[in-house]
Amino acid sequence: MNKIGDPGAAGRPISADQAMARVNASLRKRYGAERRFRVYGIASVTVGLAFLALMMISIVGKGYSAFQQTYVDLDIYFDPEVIDPDGLRDQESLMRANYNTLIKDSLLFLFPEASGRRDRRALGALISNSAAFDLQDMVITDPLLIGQTRRVSVLASADADMLNKGKISRTVPESERRVSDQQIAWLETLRDRGRFEKRFNTSFFTHGDSRDPELSGIWGATKGSFYMLLITLALSFPVGIGAAIYLEEFAPKNPVTDFIEININNLAAVPSIVFGLLGLGVFLNFFSMPRSAPMVGGLVLTLMTLPTIIISARASLKSVPPSIREAALGMGASQMQSTFHHVLPLAMPGMLTGTIIGMARALGETAPLLMIGMVAFIVDIPQGLFDPSTALPVQIYLWADAPERAFVERTSAAIMVLLGFLVLMNLSAIILRKRYERRW
Amino acid sequence: MIKRILAVAGVAALVATGSAGAQTARDYIFIVGSSTVYPFATVVAENFGRSTSFKTPKIESTGSGGGLKLFCAGVGVQHPDVTNSSRRIKASEVKTCSDNGVAEVVEVKIGYDGIVLANAKNADVFNLTRKDIFLALAKQVPDPAKPDATGVASMVDNPYKSWKDVNADLPDVKIEVLGPPPTSGTRDAFAELAMEGGCKSFGWIKELKSADKNAYKSVCHTIREDGGYVEAGENDNLIVQKLQANPAALGVFGFSFLDQNGDKVKGNPVDGVMPDFDDIADGAYPVSRPLYFYVKKAHIGVIPGMDEFLAEFTSDKAWGPDGYLADRGLIPMPEAERKEFAADVKGLKPLSLAAN
Repeated sequence: MNKIGDPGAAGRPISADQAMARVNASLRKRYGAERRFRVYGIASVTVGLAFLALMMISIVGKGYSAFQQTYVDLDIYFDPEVIDPDGLRDQESLMRANYNTLIKDSLLFLFPEASGRRDRRALGALISNSAAFDLQDMVITDPLLIGQTRRVSVLASADADMLNKGKISRTVPESERRVSDQQIAWLETLRDRGRFEKRFNTSFFTHGDSRDPELSGIWGATKGSFYMLLITLALSFPVGIGAAIYLEEFAPKNPVTDFIEININNLAAVPSIVFGLLGLGVFLNFFSMPRSAPMVGGLVLTLMTLPTIIISARASLKSVPPSIREAALGMGASQMQSTFHHVLPLAMPGMLTGTIIGMARALGETAPLLMIGMVAFIVDIPQGLFDPSTALPVQIYLWADAPERAFVERTSAAIMVLLGFLVLMNLSAIILRKRYERRW
Repeated sequence: MIKRILAVAGVAALVATGSAGAQTARDYIFIVGSSTVYPFATVVAENFGRSTSFKTPKIESTGSGGGLKLFCAGVGVQHPDVTNSSRRIKASEVKTCSDNGVAEVVEVKIGYDGIVLANAKNADVFNLTRKDIFLALAKQVPDPAKPDATGVASMVDNPYKSWKDVNADLPDVKIEVLGPPPTSGTRDAFAELAMEGGCKSFGWIKELKSADKNAYKSVCHTIREDGGYVEAGENDNLIVQKLQANPAALGVFGFSFLDQNGDKVKGNPVDGVMPDFDDIADGAYPVSRPLYFYVKKAHIGVIPGMDEFLAEFTSDKAWGPDGYLADRGLIPMPEAERKEFAADVKGLKPLSLAAN
């Protein structure tokens, strides 16, 4: 057997030696091709990871400082003359009092040299506008404070905060930055006296939007997102799973169901803004539901996620082997029993995974919300499904466009929070799949 | 477990749809409109919400045109109460309004905004005139080879590549201006104030205005599309960042962004005037425009807090020279004008375009 049935290039049989020689000659080339392919693969992965790292570094690098906020300790004398000169102590006059004066007086006590109107203004600009409202709250909850002196920790203004965090350059000429040399000197003095400190920024997690960066927070947007996802989940999960079960297990195979299947697949690829326009036309204009409501947002996102959920649910139903169904039917179960008692439990982990991934997509969506008025400035925290609200990604979009410097770090911090939620959701999808999914 | 999940989901769905019928009258003010006025209106809204017992108004940034469209759609709680605008309402929009039952509208001018041509801190100063801006950025310009030719037919596609070609006094830097896209009110105002201002300096184009208004507009307002003007999106922060990275480029944005980023970018003088607070306020800086908001009279007294909101916006505490809006970069009106508009608001004087 020294001949191999290889017809060769010219159709002539060749000897084993010749064949070996040919193989040996091409061997280096084949190994080379494989090595090159591996290098390409590693290179692609590295490039991908590098971009991911770049993105994360830039976001975290810009955003981490937003989790801390600068506070100033002031000795506030709750002057009865300012708060309530008539001595009435009723809610009305306590509400109306000018609490800014208390703060200004306390600052002037520390820096008596600031006498001119300009200087006082500059001094007042170191403290956040919200401080007066904090004092108002303190006095209203405890009117006995009037006449006493307390050390109160008040929020520094965004400019003072930015300077403290080193985001405003001190080297450029005075006229070109928002903080004057005099203000820097005052802040230095405050720091030397231990009245100036950075603390964890709780208001970022408890406040709604604000035009004062130091007061703005993501709680309003987070709650809006939560309400929307609640609606989306409540509607798209049962409807999506129901549709998938019917189409996969019960529906006859005919042109009508084929047509439906094609349409579902197409809908999954429709740009999300189209669903926003649909929401505007149907829910707002036809059913005249309120603008900016999480209810409408949830409905629009439901329309958007339904195709994704149906497709993934059908895929997981398909992956359950027919033998399960046949065995159940063979034991005398009805088709309904076989589906709900045997097939569905096996397909459930896959369905939940698909649902969670669909929800994660819905959480990150902005475009459809634009059309239904959820891209708006909303300060009050939404208390229900019909209160005006925004969503987390919308808040990021709005802050990215704000002129104030301090919103840059808040934008990145909000992105970090949103990414955190997305990672959590995707992680739970992976865990579900790993723990409960059965492979056949 | 599955039954339970389905049951919970079903109940939640029922609750969700059940409460859909519970929509009540609106108890907060609903404002739409210009993205240029948005930063100012939001500050007023927030202060109003904090200092009164009313809810904080909701403000959507829809652009001036989009805002007026929503505003003029009708009277009722589902329609906005106030719309902000970075330009005056048009006669056609007033007509749409009245066709839809929005008969009486109160016009309030809130102050001025300057549009600046800024570049990186370390870059050359561009001592521009409006004529330079027009020549550098228009799609078609009068043929530099035939200075005496007149008429639209004699115009050529913009041949200028470097600022030095436009005006020998300017630096030899490639023309590259980053600015907002056509959907933006800032772009409209830039075209009207800077481009048209320079365009009019050609005698025959100025005469064209009375002869053929459309041709005049298309000559003066059309911006080149060959790379000299780069549409950088609506996000002005992005333009600031790009200017820092590219010292050769100029950027077009509102004064409030220059005000906040004075350590990164600098404004350039136009017609010899720097874009600073005082020069915009007294009208010396040529590229500035008034900002407005419009109030639906039918909603006053129906939506709680309307009167108080208007009072807050038109108080000197807000829009005065030392007010909190000036801190945000709004250029206040002179005192006489402020008084006039505050009085109009108080008396709820309805807008009549014929008066202007």
